[in-house]
Amino acid sequence: MSSAVLEEKRSEPGIRPPVLNDFSIHVATANGSGSQSSNSILMRAIFQMGIPVSGKNLFPSNIQGLPTWFTIRASKEGFIARRRDVGVLICMNPETAHEDVRTVAPGAAVIYEESLKLDTLRDDVVFYPVPFQKLVLELVTDGKLRRLAINMIYVGVAAWLLDVDMAEIEKAVAKQFKSKAAAVDINMKAIRGGHDWAAKNLTKRDPFRLERMNATAGKIIIEGNAASAIGCMMAGVQFLAWYPITPSSSLAESLIDYAAKHRLDPETGKPTFAVVQAEDELAALGMVLGAGWAGARAMTTTSGPGISLMSEFTGLGYYAEVPAVIVDVQRVGPSTGLPTRTMQGDITSTYYLGHGDAKHILLLPASVEECYTMSMDAFDLAERFQTPVFLMSDLDLGMNNWMADPFPFSDRPLDRGKVLKTKEELEAHVAKFREFARYRDVDGDGIPYRTLPGFIDSLAATYFTRGSGHNERAQYTERPDDYKNNMDRLARKLETAKKHVPRPVVAKVPGAKVGVIAYGSSDFAVEEARVILGRKGLQTGYLRLRALPFTPETAEFVKAHDRVYVIDQNRDGQMYDLLRLELNADASKLSSIRHYDGFPLDAETVIEGIEAGEKR
Amino acid sequence: MSSTAEPKAPPTNRVGLSVKEYGGSKSTLCVGCGHDVITRQITQALYEMSVPPHKVAKMSGIGCSSKTTAYFADRGHGFNAVHGRMPAVATGAMMVNPGLLAIGVSGDGDTASIGAGQFVHLLRRNVPMVYIVENNGVYGLTKGQFSATADAGSKLKTGAVNDLPAIDLCAMAIELGCGYVARSFSGDMKQLLGLLKGALAHRGTALLDVVSPCVTFNNHDSSTKSYKWAKDHEIPIHEIGFIPYYEEISVDYDPGTTQDVELHDGSHIRLRKLREDYDATDKAKALALCQEAQAKTEFLTGLIYVEPLKKDFLELSGVAGEPIVSVPDARLRPSKKALDEIMEALK
Repeated sequence: MSSAVLEEKRSEPGIRPPVLNDFSIHVATANGSGSQSSNSILMRAIFQMGIPVSGKNLFPSNIQGLPTWFTIRASKEGFIARRRDVGVLICMNPETAHEDVRTVAPGAAVIYEESLKLDTLRDDVVFYPVPFQKLVLELVTDGKLRRLAINMIYVGVAAWLLDVDMAEIEKAVAKQFKSKAAAVDINMKAIRGGHDWAAKNLTKRDPFRLERMNATAGKIIIEGNAASAIGCMMAGVQFLAWYPITPSSSLAESLIDYAAKHRLDPETGKPTFAVVQAEDELAALGMVLGAGWAGARAMTTTSGPGISLMSEFTGLGYYAEVPAVIVDVQRVGPSTGLPTRTMQGDITSTYYLGHGDAKHILLLPASVEECYTMSMDAFDLAERFQTPVFLMSDLDLGMNNWMADPFPFSDRPLDRGKVLKTKEELEAHVAKFREFARYRDVDGDGIPYRTLPGFIDSLAATYFTRGSGHNERAQYTERPDDYKNNMDRLARKLETAKKHVPRPVVAKVPGAKVGVIAYGSSDFAVEEARVILGRKGLQTGYLRLRALPFTPETAEFVKAHDRVYVIDQNRDGQMYDLLRLELNADASKLSSIRHYDGFPLDAETVIEGIEAGEKR
Repeated sequence: MSSTAEPKAPPTNRVGLSVKEYGGSKSTLCVGCGHDVITRQITQALYEMSVPPHKVAKMSGIGCSSKTTAYFADRGHGFNAVHGRMPAVATGAMMVNPGLLAIGVSGDGDTASIGAGQFVHLLRRNVPMVYIVENNGVYGLTKGQFSATADAGSKLKTGAVNDLPAIDLCAMAIELGCGYVARSFSGDMKQLLGLLKGALAHRGTALLDVVSPCVTFNNHDSSTKSYKWAKDHEIPIHEIGFIPYYEEISVDYDPGTTQDVELHDGSHIRLRKLREDYDATDKAKALALCQEAQAKTEFLTGLIYVEPLKKDFLELSGVAGEPIVSVPDARLRPSKKALDEIMEALK
């Protein structure tokens, strides 16, 4: 049947012009009701139709019962940030149904369980009552499976309403249930049941439709945490110590899964990767420092509360100069402080983490690709600079589904830094520099050489590792000149790091007087906002920070613009503050746009912020 | 008296080293500190056990005791971690390099208070290391506050009385499954040396809780961690003998008076019983002994509990043997084919 015939058959003509491949589907369910599979299937089917798509799970800190929402955004232009207005709402949770209906945009389509009687709430949206409870009784004989299968029925209804190809649904179901025949059958039966019921009983009265494109061929869908895990594995990580904390746990778990398969020594069959689930975050970083000191590529994964617990060990790692990679999947607040919502909340605290003077290398991934590449960069930088390096992901990036090109293989050799691992290397070093002094800057770049415990049988190789109270030979001292000398060398090391951290990505727009500076997961919304602002006649230059410390490009960018908007996903404008400290005179050109409601940043917030600023 | 003879070369051990080559920097502790006696026994034990000194990883936290790792085996690497958190650092190092021999030196503040959490989990995991607590019942570096191992009723020099019960580190360790639990006294050098040698040969965590009086802050008459109190009250539960795996061992001994414990490397510990019917391999008896001693404020010393064949954390984690740190870089990164397969599954 051609789509034109179909259109005629089931639509009331002339309501609104069709909206093709450019809207959000919002599914409201209760946590633990098993809707995750249904949402993945729907998203994947749209993706398989070649339409750019992103999926976000807006979930509560709860295992069962509390409201949860899943948003699927289809965008023919490839915009994958959160979209503020909802086009299609699927109401499965009686608890939130009224509120959900009230907040959708005028003209939205609302699919809901008919017994909820929502159609009296508004007259500017299109209601589709569906007898889900009745249908599931007819379609699924096993009572235990009904609770899950009911969610598959809405997949079928949505597929009919939005023209999702059923063949693609079937493929997505097979992928979701790894081709387990029984599971595929029962779920397909529920989906078809929903689809057939809708075809027979509903009349299409909303404008939202999906149409096959060719924009996703060859692409993958992955969460940022899995992307980081793959990056860490490919970086040759040898040791992971971690303590479970949302939203970072899935990173550790995916790494453990991938490594179990791919990190067995091809010659001996033994694992080349060890893991400890620590008793807390303090111990996790302590173990990482122990392993890093012993010569392994070592890492931990955590979130804000864990970062605060790691403060003391981070300071020790900085002064004792021990490599470590710490992935911070940022979230909101301590304790019961919205642990399942996203935030760029740890920028200033992590940059200065520890006590006394310390500044750290922070990497700021803005996509799943960068979660992968920067995980590899993090290990090279940690070992090159013999210091803790932080990969600052966030919940939105880490736990949501993103489309990407398959990750390229890197054949860049691992940079293990300045390590004297053998007697020959030590002897050559001593011949050149008279002796091995653990904390002496013999190369002028602030980075000393190190030996590893247990490798070289010689008094000349050993040293004692401790905090900041040491001289160049690692001997304990409280002499003012020794302390100052060491501090100045550490500052020199950070200067050297500026030449090695990932440089910002700069979009120079000729004639643009307005600039935007953003970082991390804000990039999706910022890119979309710039396109829309451009269409409205406001051209903007863009600098996306990819690391701290700042590199010279940032000051140059601000110099080249009259007004620069800094986008932060936190209340206090943390990056804005760091930039103001960095820029001196040009700091007056900066304005701060801050988004901090726990949901991912959307383009409208950026547009509104810039437009308001430009009116002033 | 003049001599024309060549200076006699000092005796050496099986790896050709003299005891001096197991030494470290000069101690900066107070004169007469019990810790320095323990340091000398550690040095002696490492020498007598012919430990390759460059394999020694000296781990410590913060406190007077934690300074002492600088005073022995300076041909090994040392790591002064943060207060109470040496177990984590040691765990990480041992996981990636099981070839190291970790010796942790801690104190009662470092272990029983700020480090109680890490201590518990070190024992639970059974990470292979010798863990020595130099126990004096007070904080020395911060000038004499009570620690959590101070006995109830004991007094500070200021007259302040400790009302809280002492944490018994040995009872705690037995409860948590530690396979080598000993209590000793820095004034009992012979016993301490024997216990240290057994600890070095043991696989898994070996805990030595050694009463080591603080001459500056807790050596007065009303202290139960003073030299005098410990000397007057020490009751060894057996005499300890250690026979390394490479030495001939007599098979004849009287099981009525002697207990023989074979360690995983073939070394033997021979305990000549001073307390009738005490079996150091009986967990229930060991716990009962600790409880009885605490109830009566008795100072019982010796190898309280031993479980020589218990699996350690490295074996349980599948990383024993060839160290992960020795795997060449080329074998650490999976192939392009492996990555492509992962990508294909995500399409």
